[in-house]
Amino acid sequence: MSIMENNGGSVIAMVGKECVAIACDLRLGNQALGVSSDFQKIFPVTDRIFLGLPGLGTDVTTLKELFRFRVNMYTIKEEREIEPETFAHLVSSTLYEHRFGPYFIEPVMAGLSKTPSGGFKPFIAATDLIGCLNFAKDFVVAGTASSKLFGVAEGLWEPDLEPEDLFETISQTIMNAVDRDAYSGWGCIVHVITKDQIVTRTLKARMD
Amino acid sequence: MASASPFSPPGFKFTNQVRNDFLSNKGVKLPKATSTGTTIVGCLFRDGIVLGADTRATEGDIVADKNCEKIHYITESIRCCGAGTAADTEFTTALISSNMELHGLTTGRKPRVVTAMTMLKQMLFRYQGHIGAALVLGGVDSTGPHLFTIHPHGSTDKLPYVTMGSGSLAAMAIFESDWRPDMSRDDALALVKAAISAGIFNDLGSGSNVDACIITADSTEMLRNVVTPNEREVKELNYKFRRGTTAWKSENIRSLVVTEEVRRVGDEMDTS
Repeated sequence: MSIMENNGGSVIAMVGKECVAIACDLRLGNQALGVSSDFQKIFPVTDRIFLGLPGLGTDVTTLKELFRFRVNMYTIKEEREIEPETFAHLVSSTLYEHRFGPYFIEPVMAGLSKTPSGGFKPFIAATDLIGCLNFAKDFVVAGTASSKLFGVAEGLWEPDLEPEDLFETISQTIMNAVDRDAYSGWGCIVHVITKDQIVTRTLKARMD
Repeated sequence: MASASPFSPPGFKFTNQVRNDFLSNKGVKLPKATSTGTTIVGCLFRDGIVLGADTRATEGDIVADKNCEKIHYITESIRCCGAGTAADTEFTTALISSNMELHGLTTGRKPRVVTAMTMLKQMLFRYQGHIGAALVLGGVDSTGPHLFTIHPHGSTDKLPYVTMGSGSLAAMAIFESDWRPDMSRDDALALVKAAISAGIFNDLGSGSNVDACIITADSTEMLRNVVTPNEREVKELNYKFRRGTTAWKSENIRSLVVTEEVRRVGDEMDTS
């Protein structure tokens, strides 16, 4: 029994054409027993950054608050919003601080970063539990269903998907992967971030 | 940010130690960190050093990243390849890179490769192998080209050609048969490409592309993805879903566009 399987849960993020999407399941379990079907693992950081925290439930809550605190401190000191790349390094160094007694969390980040010309560039990243960053150009996955998510996403993802097509692709990817994982599921939620709106949808998923 | 507070000293934190020890005593397995079950090499040639690395990162038996960067920046003329625990190689080289920059600034000289090597080995020895970084350090300074390997426990070697990581045997086989003293730049690069390719194709922990870095007295050339023998074939069909395929229960749209509407209130001012 791995500690990551104690509460279950999975997160995935994907890049599209001038948009990004991040999705998670809604299960909180106590090993094989389902406890909650409304346990969100994705949290807004700024208007254009979302952070997914799959892993041990207690650490999900602890780190959500810790990152909220650190991002607020950054915003006050710098008098500007944090950029996704900077935030990814904040997450990474926070986890590496606990190198020899880690939090059992594998964060996934998705957002839009500002370009010098005033536009927005899609950004996704993930780290392992001790903060090793993985910047990907296509998709990143984490959680108990990560091996399944890798497989489905590798087959379904394609470059330059429009926001509506990206929603379909990420939704089908997470739902089909999560249905083959005993520790994830019980509903899914998807956020699609574009330059001028954030669409959040709760999916109609299997509840077994 | 944390070090600004007097209540949070710099360095590693052990606040989760008691809890994690308790959990592992109960028999729960602690998860694996990303490791670079890597092939990294370095070799000496006529005017400098060539470093090479593959680009696969693994998490157990899963390929976590198919195109990661394993040649890390130390200074303008010193680079370091990392194998082992991915986070450790990343943070160790970043820390030494910072200290080398400061060292250069305080001494007013270009810092040397031995300095970086000494900083790295002293740090790794202090942590008694718990920081799982296996490194190949190479560069050119005022005393000429230097090439080192540094093991996680802090031991070092200085050799004309070196390999490390899980693919080190495959790569060393190439070096042992083909390395010659005083090779040309092109021959050395070809040899490094061949050594990394041997790792990519014969070691399961290594894969994807070849990165290389050529360091001479007057230039440093970072060659990212010099060989890409594992390009993914373009998909023949696309697997796009028809819009509306996924059924959803609720939707929330948050607009980020700030709209402003100016409305006249009351009667117009009498300006007659």
